[in-house]
Amino acid sequence: MSRNVLHVENVTMQFGGVVAVNNLSMDINEGEIVALIGPNGAGKTTAFNCVTGVYEPTNGRIDYMGKTIVENYPSGKMKRSYAGENAGLYTKRVVNTPDKITALGIARTFQNIRLFKSQTVFNNVLIAMHMRRTSNVFSATFRLNMKEENQMRQEAMELLKIVGLEGVADELATSLPYGQQRRLEIVRALATHPKLLLLDEPAAGMNPQETEELGAFIKEIKDRFNLTVFMIEHHMNLVMGISDRIYVIDFGKQIAEGTPEEVRDNPAVIAAYLGVDEE
Amino acid sequence: MKKTTKNLINIALLLLMFVGLYFLEQHFGRRSMLITVLKKGAIYALIAVSMNLLNGFTGLFSLGQAGFMLVGAYTYAVLTIPMAKRMAVYQYYDGGIINFTVPTIVGILAAGALAALLAMLIGMPVLRLKSDYLAIATLGFAEIIRAIIQWDTLGPITNGSNLLKTYPTFKSVIPVFAAATICIGVIVLLINSTYGRAFKAIRDDEIAAEAMGINLFHHKQMAFIISSFFAGIGGALLAMYQGSLQANAFKASMTYEILLIVVIGGMGSVTGSVIASFLFIACSEWWLRFLDTETYLFGGTVKLPLLRSGFRMVVFSVVIMIVVLFFRKGIMGEKELWDLFTPKKKKEGIKP
Repeated sequence: MSRNVLHVENVTMQFGGVVAVNNLSMDINEGEIVALIGPNGAGKTTAFNCVTGVYEPTNGRIDYMGKTIVENYPSGKMKRSYAGENAGLYTKRVVNTPDKITALGIARTFQNIRLFKSQTVFNNVLIAMHMRRTSNVFSATFRLNMKEENQMRQEAMELLKIVGLEGVADELATSLPYGQQRRLEIVRALATHPKLLLLDEPAAGMNPQETEELGAFIKEIKDRFNLTVFMIEHHMNLVMGISDRIYVIDFGKQIAEGTPEEVRDNPAVIAAYLGVDEE
Repeated sequence: MKKTTKNLINIALLLLMFVGLYFLEQHFGRRSMLITVLKKGAIYALIAVSMNLLNGFTGLFSLGQAGFMLVGAYTYAVLTIPMAKRMAVYQYYDGGIINFTVPTIVGILAAGALAALLAMLIGMPVLRLKSDYLAIATLGFAEIIRAIIQWDTLGPITNGSNLLKTYPTFKSVIPVFAAATICIGVIVLLINSTYGRAFKAIRDDEIAAEAMGINLFHHKQMAFIISSFFAGIGGALLAMYQGSLQANAFKASMTYEILLIVVIGGMGSVTGSVIASFLFIACSEWWLRFLDTETYLFGGTVKLPLLRSGFRMVVFSVVIMIVVLFFRKGIMGEKELWDLFTPKKKKEGIKP
């Protein structure tokens, strides 16, 4: 059994009275492609946002490579209105801002593409390398870091070559066609040297052929960069085609887990997606 | 074009500018309107570029520029008044309590440093706010700074609300341009460095920038401090230009003037800010001045209508409205001057 990369334990996220993610637990091991699926509004992106530090979960714990990166328990006003389970199980509070979590090796893409709009394709990738700089603002301003700067530029160009975007490196990021913008977002995430890549609906808005290409692309970069991939996706062809395991959530709660075949035949999943016959 | 040739061209252009300035000054004289406008324009250009670094490049809508200029101006003036003249300047405070004088250049750097220090302190609470709230908070702090400097108890240092004068000033236009060019050059270098890219990333999309590992608070504070540093230096230069200094002049309206320059020039364009500040200063100090004086034609028989004190501002407002209507993104948008000459290829121009 390979090493555990991400361990999500009893995570609950409550907004006011709404429990968006309810007692979610999952494990992702090194080298796997794991998908998180569920109907619209099931809480998939919220779960992502908890892992990446955008939200602070109301209750629960998240470990990355055996180290706790997020932990929280209901406190303050939430103490009384908390509607989830396992209240009192956690007593510590660990908070990490998204940039720290990215620095640990978790990179993500966004459901609605969030590229740096005024910047070129090349600069978009370059910006993601800023995190690993060793220069301070003084040495960077007075160009005392040319060696590092050139290295960054070279690496950015290599990354763009891998995905075949080197020809449009000097174009504005937003001038690219949709599919290439998606790819650029993935490359930008790769530039932070992640070990775990979170993809939030990478195939949203793609046609069947683009989706197929994307599947191959994800597999390719996974092998090439030794990644573990965790993705949210609606395209069942893609999910069933490339994932090793699938978690299914509905109304914030996990309803199924297993290999694509197991999940496909699971009555609870079919019920969640298609509805149950009342009679 | 290779980078070295580009740098050589830039240096040559700068030298040409200074030579040109020298001859202009020789020809028109130091007290001429043209030279005065050039001096003030250069100072405003520096201040506008420093504000652009914050508002245009980092996307922080801050309105505290006048406050930091004020700190810079006062720091410079207080530290550089010659010992012999202190008794006369601080006549109500027994000559003040500062018993030393520093050289001009040290005074200018101290002006920037103190403004930067203050920005660091103010930034800690204020930079947690966003957009309009940040603008309100910084505006408030600028007003507080003005009130504190005029506070009577601080009189032995700041001379209260009385004039500060007799500190060293410049007479020629060359040193102003030299100082402004160096400072703007440093800002341009910063903007084109990896930190500059991070600033632009924060402006474009905070959430994505943070997800790419950019520490938002750290970088916002950095931009705030650097911008204030140069605003402080700009304030010191402005004090030198004016010859005497009073806190009352650094009102919020001064910040708006600079904001106007930044917007007219284009948020996110250094050359835009520079061009706009010279245009702005020339219009408000020189070209539109005739509108403020009552003029009689035909040997004093016909009085031109409308021309009277204050009419300049009316015309000025109309000009600004036209600019805002027809140049939505300012004169330059997000482009730089050198982008216009390099046919749609690289965006990495290195000026000064």
